[in-house]
Amino acid sequence: MKGLLDQQFENGGVIITKVDDLLNWSRLSSLFPMTFGLACCAIEFMSTGSTVYDMDRFGMVPRATPRQSDVMIVSGTVTFKMADRIKQLYEQMAEPRYVISMGSCSNCGGPYWQHGYHVVKGVDRIVPVDVYVPGCPPRPEALIGGILKLHEKIRNESRMKPTALENLIDRNG
Amino acid sequence: MLVMPEGFLFQFILFLAGGLVFVLSALFVSRLIRPNRPSIQKQMPYESGEMPQGPAWVQFNLRFYVLALVFILFEVEVVFMFPWAVVFGDAQLHQQTAGSWGWLAFGEMLIFILILFLGLIYAWKQGHLDWVKSKPAVRDVNSPVPADKYEAINEKYKRKA
Repeated sequence: MKGLLDQQFENGGVIITKVDDLLNWSRLSSLFPMTFGLACCAIEFMSTGSTVYDMDRFGMVPRATPRQSDVMIVSGTVTFKMADRIKQLYEQMAEPRYVISMGSCSNCGGPYWQHGYHVVKGVDRIVPVDVYVPGCPPRPEALIGGILKLHEKIRNESRMKPTALENLIDRNG
Repeated sequence: MLVMPEGFLFQFILFLAGGLVFVLSALFVSRLIRPNRPSIQKQMPYESGEMPQGPAWVQFNLRFYVLALVFILFEVEVVFMFPWAVVFGDAQLHQQTAGSWGWLAFGEMLIFILILFLGLIYAWKQGHLDWVKSKPAVRDVNSPVPADKYEAINEKYKRKA
């Protein structure tokens, strides 16, 4: 059976809008990241969780299993050896799941762009990425900026069917 | 004898039913609402992203049980000995009892250790402390029943060719 939250609604008006607001607010207020670090960006990720930057104030508590986590922060160089694991972990996360690509290496391969035979040139070739955080490595402030960007993205999610295509047809037809 | 108040059974059943309805309705509503997208990867055992080798429900060697038992035995022994050592060296108690306190505490601990030592001897004799076990040898049993009695029965019910 398809769950109520899995469906797209044709017209729901004010009720769907209010339910959307509630759902999005609750989702973005408790984004549990997966405890997971690949390279030097992971040090900055840990620093973000420390008392100085206090990731907990966004309701982000690292979880040790993909089944309980909502967001995967790919912090560091993605080698082909790790790519299998990343894909597997992403598939094991429950929906809705989000991915933050942290740092140049996971964004596009970074310094390994030309000669890194072992580096995946961008983690978005393996898993869909929601937010890219630039930097080498990004400071904790930058990562928090990325988290806030993801909040913004979640806040605009809707259970309504997209209407842009219909509008286009109406205008031209 | 315990006397039940009036209408006790009714209240008890009502309470049970209320609890059941609460839990079942919560489960039903969550089933109605939640996204349900099972996949092969999600139903795999979690092995930190590795491909799992076999199911998560595996058998451990039974000998770990005895090993854990022996470990707990001596761990508890040590745990008991630390507070005992503090009380044993209490100067005030020694003065008040003119030294007999020390002998009492010492004797009690001696008995405790002796009992555990018997356990160690038992485990040692059984060969639980050796990881590589000796092969069991078939022993000759001096049974009072002669072997030809069994043969007679087998002969009697032998399948006719």
